[in-house]
This record gives sequence, structure tokens and C-alpha cells, in this order.
Amino acid sequence: MSTEAKKQIIDVGDGAAIPRKSDRGLFTAWRIAFFGAIGTIFYLAYTKPDPYLNILKFVPDGIAVTFQVTLGAIVLAIVIGLVTGLGRISKNRLFNGAASLYVEVIRGIPLLVQIFYIYYALGTIVKVPAVLSAIIAMAVCYGAYMGEVVRAGIESIAKGQREAALSLGMNGRQTMIHVILPQAVKVILPPVGNEFIALLKDSSLVSIIAVADLLRRGREYASESFTYFETYTIIALIYLIITLFFSKIIGVMEERVSVNK
Amino acid sequence: MSINSRRKMVEAKEIIKVYGSFRALDRVSLDVFDGEKVVIIGPSGSGKSTLLRSINRLEEIDRGTIVVDGMDLYDPKTDISKVREEVGMVFQSFNLFPHKTVLENLTLAQIVVRKRSKHEAEEKAMALLERVGLAAKAKSYPGKLSGGQQQRVAIARSLAMDPKLMLFDEPTSALDPEMIGEVLDVMKDLAKDGMTMAVVTHEMGFAREVADRVIFMDAGRIVEEGTPEHFFTAPTHERAKLFLSQIL
Repeated sequence: MSTEAKKQIIDVGDGAAIPRKSDRGLFTAWRIAFFGAIGTIFYLAYTKPDPYLNILKFVPDGIAVTFQVTLGAIVLAIVIGLVTGLGRISKNRLFNGAASLYVEVIRGIPLLVQIFYIYYALGTIVKVPAVLSAIIAMAVCYGAYMGEVVRAGIESIAKGQREAALSLGMNGRQTMIHVILPQAVKVILPPVGNEFIALLKDSSLVSIIAVADLLRRGREYASESFTYFETYTIIALIYLIITLFFSKIIGVMEERVSVNK
Repeated sequence: MSINSRRKMVEAKEIIKVYGSFRALDRVSLDVFDGEKVVIIGPSGSGKSTLLRSINRLEEIDRGTIVVDGMDLYDPKTDISKVREEVGMVFQSFNLFPHKTVLENLTLAQIVVRKRSKHEAEEKAMALLERVGLAAKAKSYPGKLSGGQQQRVAIARSLAMDPKLMLFDEPTSALDPEMIGEVLDVMKDLAKDGMTMAVVTHEMGFAREVADRVIFMDAGRIVEEGTPEHFFTAPTHERAKLFLSQIL
């Protein structure tokens, strides 16, 4: 393995910011942002309960829907991504061609357009709840990106690993399951974490098709009470807290995985 | 060492392997008999590794035939995995599975391919680790082992499949000098046991001591072939003479 330089995956995504040396002290950028956002919300709700506390009471349903869409979409996207990634490296022409076509088409269409498209296109065939339509749209889009992550992860595993497994009499499938994928998961995990956070933020786009997510609930409250500035301040702070929270969790998971090597 | 049966374990005929316009193997024929130890030497780029790797079809050839243990590698009816079950291979870079312990490295293919029970596979694995002197490292991960230890584990991993033939592709080339001996000792021990072996190496001492036959390759061809005595004392081909003068 030492003779084959591992391909580096340069990844500047939506996950935790890469810590710099100066970020080690007590006041890291993450802590200032995270606790600052929580503090600000408490301060606003305490000093001006109307409208801030009322907004906070109104939106939790939306947070639940945002999570529902995000989790549903990420799970489905990982499954699609795994199949797509395997297709992209497959020697089977049909499988490979289909996977490549899918990736090219999806990556060339804006997510917002895809959400509209799947909602209305699906709607002409079967009656699908908006939430499910949103999950499918997000998963189809992110599955394409996830496919590239999976492909890069598999290709980063040294060729000698595959050869060793084959030389022991394992077939292609056994080699993939027992030797390649378990190693690729460690490489794939950080970019998948980034995709998760990106997806969490992009899930706000589904508010456009009448899914009552966090952003949608905020808009509903704002348009009734005419407190646009105050409402969107709270919405932005909630998104910030959620994404910072998960980027921290993912950062810790990455560290665990790299230590366990 | 006498060769009791003259059954051919490997029968390669007129094989050609081309990389672009470069002929890595140029009409090479090679037989390896049951129990025989063949050592393949030659300058780098001579095609010796390519020849060895074509025997278990890690390298696809462009022309010619290769029959291993009675199975034609390029017969569409041949399941190449079945051939590889019988042919162990040891690599220059060890290629142990880093995400598995030493013990799991030895049991994985036994369980998945040979369909042995976990218990049976582990017993076999421990006996082999004992044999290569690494039973104490069973629970360690490969990353914690020295190069020499990793290569001994890799040999044990191949042996766990009960192969009929072992291929060694420069097994000591990536090792620090002080670790070469321990790996060669395991290989000598294996040779003494009667294993059929094909070895690509630069270790001339090993070739002299263990080989039944030495094959010298240059520019994709076998240019000299004979017993170690013949090869090391009276080589006929100019390239072989030059090579030996440089290496010895």
C-alpha cells in the first residue's frame, strides 16, 4: 500500500469548518456562533416575549417536519448513492451508463427546479403527500452527489486490497462487501456528513411546495402578524443552532473514526 | 529435491501480454510441476512479475493458454475464483486487510470462500500463526506489525486456504534488510514441506538454496532456464552473465 499514493479527496463542503491552530482556545468560532445564537434567542424571548416568544411557540412543528424531510432524504440518498457509486465503477455497460447518465442529468438541474418538477410530475400520476414528494426530490438530487462520494471512496482504496481478496478466491461481490466497502466507509463518512448538513439547509427549499417545514411555518406566522424581520431572525438563528450542532457531532464522529484506524 | 510425480500444476503456453506497443510477455511458455520450486529472476521490467500474476489471472494475457491444476484460465466455463482458491499469492506490499485483526485476516476467506465454520477457521488460523511465529499477534491490527511480521501473516493468510500452489511476487523487496531473513525462513520451511512454489525474487541465496529450477527473464522472454548450479556457475546467455555479475 505504501507504493500507491492514496488519492486525496479535497472537500470543502458544508460540514464543520476545518479548525485552524488559532481555533483551539476557549473562544472558538464554533462556540461563539453556537452559544451566541442560543443566548440571543433567550435574550430576545425574555426581553420581548411579543413577538419573539410567540414565534418560538409557533415553529416547533416546522422543526419536526424539517427533521423528517432531512432524515428521510438522507437515508434514501445514501441508498441511491451506494447503488449509483457501484454503478459508476461497474464494468457492466448498462449499469455504468445508467448511473453516469443519472449523475450528469441530476447535477445539471437546480434543486429547486427538481423539487417543483417531482412534485408536479409525480402529482399527475399518483396522489402523493407533499412531504413524501419533498423527501423523494431531495433524495434523488442528493443521491447523485452521494454516488460520486461513494465512487471516490471506493476508488481511494488501494488496488492491492482488491487483488489480495481476489487471490484468496473471493469473487467480486465478496471482495466488495468484506474488503473494499468497510474500508471505504471511513473515507466516505466525512463527505457524507457534509452532505447531510447541506441537505438540512437545502430542505428549506421544500417550503415552496406547501410542506410545513421550519421556514414555511415562519412565513405563515410572519404573514399573519406582519413581523417579518423578527420572525426571520428567529428562523435563521434556529437553522444556525441546528446545523452547528450537527457539524459538531459529525466532527466528533470523524475524529473517532480516524483514531480507530 | 526429487520430483515424485510429473503432474503439471501450471502449464503456460506461448503467452503474450501487451501494454500499448510494449510486449511485457513475448511468447513465454512455462511449466511448473507438482512439488517443484521455480525461482524467476531478471532485471526490472523483464516481465517476471507479469508472468507470475498471469498465473492467477490478476493480469489478463492477450494470447496463449494457461492451465492451472487442470483448469484452463481462459475457458469461459472456468470459474476463476475456483482457480484462485487453489493458488495462494504473496505480494510485495503485503496487502493485509487493515480493518481486520491478524486473526480475521486469516479467517475471512476460509469462512467466506471455503465455507468453514468460524471455530474451524480460527483453529486453522492459530495453527498457522504458530507456524510463522506470530500467534501472540492474533488480536493485533496489521498496522501495529513490522513489515516482516506483516509479510509472515500474509503468507499464513494464503496458506489458510490450503493452496496447491503458492506464488510469491518479490515478497522481500519492500522489507528492511534485517527483516528479510525471517520471511525467507518461513518460505524455506514451506519449501521443505513440499509446497509447489513459483517465486519472483532478487534473493540469490534463496534461489540457490531452495530452487529446483531457476528461470531468467529479460525483455519479456525466458532466456535461460536450469538448475541453480548451472545457472549460477555456468550461465550461457550474455544477459544472464551480465545480470549475475551485477547482482552477485
